[in-house]
Amino acid sequence: MSSPVAEHREPLIHVSKRVGISRGKAWTIRGTALILALVISGLVIFSIVHLSPLKVYGAMFEGAFGTSRRAWVTIRDAMMMLCVAVGLAPAFKMRFWNIGAEGQILVGGIATAACMIYLGGSIPTPALLVIMLIVSVIAGGVWGLIPGVFKARWGTNETLFTLMMNYVAIQLTSYAVSKWENPAGSNSVGIINQTSRAGWIPSVFGQAYTLNVVIVLALAVLMYIYLKYSKQGYEISVVGDSENTARYAGINVKKVYIRTMFLSGAICGIAGFLAVSGSSHTISVDTAGGRGFTAIIVAWLAKFNTFVMILFSFLLMFLEKGAVEIASRYNLNNFVSHIITGILLFCILGSEFFINYKVSFRRKHG
Amino acid sequence: METACAVSMKRVTKRFGEVVANDEVDLSLQCGEILSLLGENGSGKTTLMNMLSGIYYPDEGQIYVNGKAVTIRSPKDAFDLGIGMIHQHFKLVDVFSAAENIVLGLDEDGKLDRRNIALKVKEIADRYGFDIDPNQKVYDMTVSQKQTVEIVKVLYRGANILILDEPTAVLTPQETDKLFAVMRNMKADGKALVIITHKLHEVMDVSDRVAVLRKGKYIGDVKTSETDPQKLTDMMVGRAVELNIDCPKAEKVTERIEIQHLTVKDKDGVPRLSDVSFTARGGEILGIAGISGSGQKQLLEAIAGLQVCEPGSHIFYKDEQWNPDAPADDSENQKHVHELIGKNPLDISKMGVALSFVPEDRLGMGLVANMDLTDNMLLRSYLTGRGVFADRKKPRKLAETVVKELEVVTPSVNTPVRKLSGGNVQKVLVGREIAMDPTVLMSAYAVRGLDINTSYTIYNLMTEQKLKGVAVIYVGEDLDVLLELCDRILVLCGGQVSGIVPREEATKEGIGLMMTQFRKEGQTYEQSRS
Repeated sequence: MSSPVAEHREPLIHVSKRVGISRGKAWTIRGTALILALVISGLVIFSIVHLSPLKVYGAMFEGAFGTSRRAWVTIRDAMMMLCVAVGLAPAFKMRFWNIGAEGQILVGGIATAACMIYLGGSIPTPALLVIMLIVSVIAGGVWGLIPGVFKARWGTNETLFTLMMNYVAIQLTSYAVSKWENPAGSNSVGIINQTSRAGWIPSVFGQAYTLNVVIVLALAVLMYIYLKYSKQGYEISVVGDSENTARYAGINVKKVYIRTMFLSGAICGIAGFLAVSGSSHTISVDTAGGRGFTAIIVAWLAKFNTFVMILFSFLLMFLEKGAVEIASRYNLNNFVSHIITGILLFCILGSEFFINYKVSFRRKHG
Repeated sequence: METACAVSMKRVTKRFGEVVANDEVDLSLQCGEILSLLGENGSGKTTLMNMLSGIYYPDEGQIYVNGKAVTIRSPKDAFDLGIGMIHQHFKLVDVFSAAENIVLGLDEDGKLDRRNIALKVKEIADRYGFDIDPNQKVYDMTVSQKQTVEIVKVLYRGANILILDEPTAVLTPQETDKLFAVMRNMKADGKALVIITHKLHEVMDVSDRVAVLRKGKYIGDVKTSETDPQKLTDMMVGRAVELNIDCPKAEKVTERIEIQHLTVKDKDGVPRLSDVSFTARGGEILGIAGISGSGQKQLLEAIAGLQVCEPGSHIFYKDEQWNPDAPADDSENQKHVHELIGKNPLDISKMGVALSFVPEDRLGMGLVANMDLTDNMLLRSYLTGRGVFADRKKPRKLAETVVKELEVVTPSVNTPVRKLSGGNVQKVLVGREIAMDPTVLMSAYAVRGLDINTSYTIYNLMTEQKLKGVAVIYVGEDLDVLLELCDRILVLCGGQVSGIVPREEATKEGIGLMMTQFRKEGQTYEQSRS
């Protein structure tokens, strides 16, 4: 036996799990984290580049919402992000780690671009839009379906599988770009149907992106209802929590995997449709632009609640746009803005720890 | 302080959020003493012991070891003070030998001297009468052997104070006797032992003193020689509780499920059930006894439609129109006999067979841990009703009824079931299954980890169902209960039926012997007696 712990001292920091926390208190902690993040970023900005943090934040805001055009671009991109996050929600709720949204967006985009190129002009745009929507849903859906089927039948690892499907989709996109190259030698597709605007999502109320917003918000609402109130949504939750319980309840687990992954891929496919038909009007390997991955953060932060996702989509998009603005305005490189984004996400994610755990310090003995 | 090497806890308090798990508890433990710690579920026994072994840190109060005020911040601190805990769930590395597991994590200089370790292990084993082979791999061991390794591991580290958390829950009666013999040897050697158990006859058998906790408060302690199970129960529950299980005969007993030549292999092709045949009757509780892992799980899951069965297996369900007196070749009567093999749970319920199943893994199979009570009630009925939306009104009502009738302690029906205590989780599950109006009710270890009060609630519910004409299949581990509760007892051993005994002819020793007779490794009945 070694020597016993002789002195009588309480540990300095004492972490214990919280049993329950009121909603108000949880949001207070989150709010505090946000303020803390801004203060820390401010200090970092000041100590590194010697700029007034308030000015930098102001510039970020201007970058994102400074003009009506900028605001609409921010909204458009936030909607795209939201669309992908909404698509990921059912898969993640099922504990199916679909990190293949990037590829699902791309194939949706390729399908859309193909319709615009081959059918543009021969079919009136409203009908064409419907066809494009359906085709992108099928393309994205199939891209999600394949890993779903493999997981259901042979128990393959969905994380690796969906990730690899991304690379396949990127190669397919490269092939499509080289096939549809315009003008020749540019190694890009250029703006499709620039003059006829066939297959472009039309302006509504004088705004080019109104329809994008309407479609994505509708998807968010529908997904919320689907997950929360439908029988299939219930099945997804049960499968996600415990496959054994699902089998016990007579749920066909394989069917749920396959069906849900089709749905997840299909909505990411719609994101591809919106990206091509509703904003860039072209297709390239950058069409998804990493949103398939960033949307994972959005989905997780929102705990798969599609309404909360709206908030986080805007936050992340605001950071992205603001970062570009301060980089160009103050002649900084992108890293400063990445630091700010990093600090913000760190604080927000870190606040979840304080929501789940209570930290108390050693009491003073009088 | 009093005697040397004693532990004493003074006014120890531990809170989890708003829940007070231990409220100013005073506890003392002498050398050369076996203390039973008794209390219902959620009374704070394990929490109290976890503070002694360094897993939790008390919010208030002081712990003394050998009369000295100490601070136990981690299990390592506890070890340094000579306190060792043997947990309910073993923490061993499967691919390591007993000796390797025993020295794992010890900070010893030099290279691993296996021979020396084996010698030391042997010395400890001989001293207290353990039966252990230092070179045996853990994956080759029976549950009781693994437990032995855990105890030797603690002794090897020089523990003088041992805490055993429900050590007998997984043992056969013979293995339990052996464990108690070893415990008495340790006591004679001057060690202090605490045993947590729900089984009162074991408390009476092994301990010198009993300390009782109720709802986190220390109720008191008594000398075992001056008390009896009834008095202890009253102390524990706070009021008088009837300790007898009734086993009234049902008016009508009819064949309900007939199983023929049931064989189940796991995914490695190892047979888990071999040629099992028996009949379960409505109006009867059929008890299933056996060492854990003898095929109980596979048997129930096969009936529930969750197992792939080998060709030649038959599970016949005889519905309520089936006439037991008709000749075997009566084709009209044969229509009321349904084959369940090859059907999944959904098919079975679509056939109109109301089969209720309370599986062993309550939160991993019977319930959805993260869902609230209402959504868990929905699990069995979510497909009913038209349309794409699930109807939550009836499940909500059902949840409220279950909470009320079975006295489930929960903040509301919107609380996730994982936040409920073990007993309440089980009430929710059993409540839902009985609400299905079953003709067959299967339960696996329905009272495992439950306190006396809740256990009796469950026994009464089973008997109630039996009297309604339900065929009840009850997989249990406590032979005393099986003998009192069940009309017949089927004993499984290594996936085979080693016998079916009517209640009147069953004895505890006889069943215990049948539980082990097919086993190749480990102890036989004769050996354990010697």
